[in-house]
Amino acid sequence: MSRVKRILFYAAVVGVVLALVLPIITFFINAFAFRWFYPQFVPNEWSLQAWERIGLIPREGQRTLEGWWRLLSSGSDVINALGTSLALGGLVTVLSVIIGLPAARALGLYRFRFKRLVEFMILAPTIVPVIAFVLGLNINFIRWGFSGTLLGVAVVHLVPVMPYVVLTLSGVFANYNPEFEEQARTLGAGPLRTFWYITLPSIFPGLVVAALFAFLVSWSQYLLTFLIGAGRVITIPMLLFAQASGGNNAVTAAMSLIFIAPAVLTLLLSARYLSGEASAVGGFGRI
Amino acid sequence: MWWERWRIAVMLAPTLLIIVVLFFGSLGYGFIQSLGYQPNIGNYSISLDAYSTVMFSERYSEQFWRGLRLTFFVSLASTAIAAGLAIACALLLRQTFVGKRVATFLFQLNLPVPHLVIAIGIIFLFSNSGLLARAAAQMGWISAPSDFPVLVRDTEGISIILAYLWKEIPFFGIIVLAILQSVGEDYEDLARSLGANGWQRFRYVILPLIMPGLLSSSIIVFAFTFGTYEVPKLLGVRFPEMLPVMALEFFLNPDLNARAEGMALSMIIAVIVLALVVVYMWISDRAIRQT
Repeated sequence: MSRVKRILFYAAVVGVVLALVLPIITFFINAFAFRWFYPQFVPNEWSLQAWERIGLIPREGQRTLEGWWRLLSSGSDVINALGTSLALGGLVTVLSVIIGLPAARALGLYRFRFKRLVEFMILAPTIVPVIAFVLGLNINFIRWGFSGTLLGVAVVHLVPVMPYVVLTLSGVFANYNPEFEEQARTLGAGPLRTFWYITLPSIFPGLVVAALFAFLVSWSQYLLTFLIGAGRVITIPMLLFAQASGGNNAVTAAMSLIFIAPAVLTLLLSARYLSGEASAVGGFGRI
Repeated sequence: MWWERWRIAVMLAPTLLIIVVLFFGSLGYGFIQSLGYQPNIGNYSISLDAYSTVMFSERYSEQFWRGLRLTFFVSLASTAIAAGLAIACALLLRQTFVGKRVATFLFQLNLPVPHLVIAIGIIFLFSNSGLLARAAAQMGWISAPSDFPVLVRDTEGISIILAYLWKEIPFFGIIVLAILQSVGEDYEDLARSLGANGWQRFRYVILPLIMPGLLSSSIIVFAFTFGTYEVPKLLGVRFPEMLPVMALEFFLNPDLNARAEGMALSMIIAVIVLALVVVYMWISDRAIRQT
């Protein structure tokens, strides 16, 4: 490449990347800005006020060990929502892996009648929008007394989560040799020990990816939690949505940063693995 | 063997139970309710009243058809523009250059960021006191916030499209990059040695290679943008309103009769998305048979 071409090329790359990360940059500016009046491009003053307001950082002068402890145990809205979001995500991850593991094994290892139909059914929730089934679900959940509970919301989160868990894990089982299990069994290992020493280590990387997806998809659900949670299960996206539709910019930005932290962390840890995995990328598409 | 078959059924049962009861069951129940069958308010008769009210009544028809048009426009525009720009980005990023890993990482940064957050970022960026308006003011291009064009909460759905672009360009881009990586550059080198110029190599070598992946991901993106609630709720206006927002508003209406209309709207969304998938599968089946 000639020198001019080289410079143009770098300019294009920097331009594209900068444009794409610009919304995220605005969160950092807004979350730490103090009295950021129009038309200042960069705030004249910075502060942690937004973080104090949502109760994640103690006020100035109280940033001692005791101050932090008092803050964390005070149970502000955001801290409670963080707890709920984490508990919900954890519950959904555990449930989805336990439920999905056998199905993924069946789909990855065996051929059977109606296999195409089963795959189609499991994948259907990835293409049909949440709004199409959540309304019918809502009425039934109220009737069954399931709505407004953490477990109820977790079970409902399984609908968008299961396709990705089963898809990721069945891909792992497609390259899995079950004969090692038989060898362990002939050597006298019971089913539990076989699973623990043979199956689990060989599917572990795929299991981690599936679990991360399950957590992230659950973490970012808004509409399902809103309708099935019936105002009693308050997660971070619900606070954020309320704040974004008519609240304070700095607070909205601070909450947004908290909300995207686990997702960005996951990407950071798994960037290399994901770039080649189209099915895994598909999971991100729905977040 | 018979027990083998049962074992497979047992392994599949828990997942299928969740999907069949919660997903297909709810779709079916929503459909029944859209026909006006609501035992809890003493309505046992079945009719298409909700559909005709939503689509043809004087009160709602304009809202519905304008909403449908906007929803189609936003989904089509976001999908097509995002796919086109993503191809360009992928062609840039597949070159070898200093800082490629950092650039690729930043390129996919929006991928795991929820749509809701990107929508908020679009407000911070494009509203008339947002970062771009401030930049324009610093440059002296505008003198007051009101001089900045209305891009957020506009009637054409521009900010909604912008939010989807920011979110879907990395999605398409990573898929195209993955395809190009797995194919390698042998075909292009061959075409080059046969005298194909840059455009010809793109049109006759690269495009056919990425087309199947691009088409199937377009279906995913179109279906998603057609049915998402959060983004149009935050970035849209009351009229015209995109269908998912309209559906939920009907449903949450204290008047329980409006529920059927909300269900009818959600069924219309589902049918349009499913019709699209069927058409896509038919096209791709035919394409496979022809080659």
